[in-house]
Amino acid sequence: MKSIIDIQNEIINEFSLLDGDKEMTVFYIMELGQRLPAMKDEDKTEEHIVKGCQSKVWLTATLEDGRVWFTADSNTAITKGLVSLLIRIFNGQPAESILNAELFFMNKIGMERFIGTQRSNGFAAMIRQMKLYALAFKAQQEA
Amino acid sequence: MKAPVTSHINLAELRKKFPVLHQQVNGRNLVYFDNAATSQKPLSVINALTEYYSGYNANIHRGIHTLAEKATKAYEETRHAVKSFINADSAEEIIFVRGVTEAINLVASSYGRAHIQAGDEIILSGLEHHSNIVPWQLLREEKNAVLKVIPVLENGELDIDAYRKLLTSKTKLVAVNHASNSLGTINPVKEIIDLAHRAGAVVLIDGAQAGAHLPIDVQQLDCDFYCLSSHKMYGPTGTGILYGKRRLLEQMPPYQGGGEMIKEVHFEKTTFNDLPYKFEAGTPNIADVIAFRKAIDFIMETGKEAIALHETELLRYATEKIAALPAVKIVGNAQHKVSVVSFIVDRIHPFDIGQMLDARAIAVRTGHHCTQPVMERFGIEGTVRASFAVYNTKQEVDQLVEGLSRIINFMK
Repeated sequence: MKSIIDIQNEIINEFSLLDGDKEMTVFYIMELGQRLPAMKDEDKTEEHIVKGCQSKVWLTATLEDGRVWFTADSNTAITKGLVSLLIRIFNGQPAESILNAELFFMNKIGMERFIGTQRSNGFAAMIRQMKLYALAFKAQQEA
Repeated sequence: MKAPVTSHINLAELRKKFPVLHQQVNGRNLVYFDNAATSQKPLSVINALTEYYSGYNANIHRGIHTLAEKATKAYEETRHAVKSFINADSAEEIIFVRGVTEAINLVASSYGRAHIQAGDEIILSGLEHHSNIVPWQLLREEKNAVLKVIPVLENGELDIDAYRKLLTSKTKLVAVNHASNSLGTINPVKEIIDLAHRAGAVVLIDGAQAGAHLPIDVQQLDCDFYCLSSHKMYGPTGTGILYGKRRLLEQMPPYQGGGEMIKEVHFEKTTFNDLPYKFEAGTPNIADVIAFRKAIDFIMETGKEAIALHETELLRYATEKIAALPAVKIVGNAQHKVSVVSFIVDRIHPFDIGQMLDARAIAVRTGHHCTQPVMERFGIEGTVRASFAVYNTKQEVDQLVEGLSRIINFMK
């Protein structure tokens, strides 16, 4: 399992190939979203909606053998691409690592320039929600 | 034989007046199609702001020094310019406000509180902006009044037959827009006003989307209130007007208390100033009001007819090209429209389209456009809206269409 830092560096490398071209970057983000494994319709409930996103984002998580696995979907393609990046970084990591992770790839990529302030706030909300899941799993493990 | 009807606007020259248009966004020339939200400002407006602050900034009215005199004169000149622009009977009928939202709130608070009783009916249309809905809802809660809504037909026009049936002896007020911000529909306001008057109701017209595009003659319309926002008609943000018939404005209690709006203040009793000052409490937005005048001049010099011809042609061209794209549906096909094209694309969220167009330097608006009831009516979450101003070109429309087809191809 690659570390959270390694995966972020991979993402930074991939985005650097796009040369800061906004249109190509947005297309790339959407392409990543298209590759995200489908979420079951019955999981797309009100309680799984991430609060603070303008688009609809559903997020769930499970704990298997001490590792956290997320599934997500969104009604907009760009947001789906964004959440897919987070899933790529966090999926299969121990709850503890997710909780302590520092995410630096957004700043390195210059994400806000590509997705704007509103979506950046939504992105922060997704991260918060993922860390909340991790916190709950950690508490569960320690109980 | 009559010459073909074409606009005589020299676009290249006209565009030079708008500095903001000449810039690159994300490495491409900016295409600004968000004019229904706010239009760009010509240099004359921008310069008027600088000249005021660097030449004669002073508080208006009551000042006896030279700068105050000059500022007061310029401020009042805008009132006279607006009077001519909408053909009001007198300048005293023009109240400066922050914009249409405040104008409607003023009428709802002042006229509404004084004249609407429990059980009275207020009619709105299904095409209204939230700012022409919420103030009336607040009044409804306060007064136990009844709100009725004119339904919207499939093509985005109002159902005038249904409107006739909504009018009763209890109808006290009708508030509708001159043109819809989300669909572009131009409403038959003259007919709406006449029918309301026959029922004994007063009428408020939200002219936010009309100011820059349509001829406005409040006396010919015989409307009781008319509202405009400067910033949607090439003027600064933060100012606009409420027109009201003098007879009504005189009966209405003040909206806010403070300086400017009083005649005499004693702790026992305060008497209020005459129109229009009764409704202009506190130091007004002097600079923006003064610069608003230049925006009106710009519209008048360019010519409303010439503007309408140009924009109508842009609308026709854009509608035809956008409608021809696969999987696109235009929302709002009224026979008479201002230059607004609202559309949805199968299985692509409007936010995504907006973001992808922005990557190509094309500014459009996405979402419900502060008209959630309109979106509900059509069973959609939102639309992509391109709205044109006099400085827009067919080449820009081509860029939009090219951008859209790239997105549609990508998402296939």
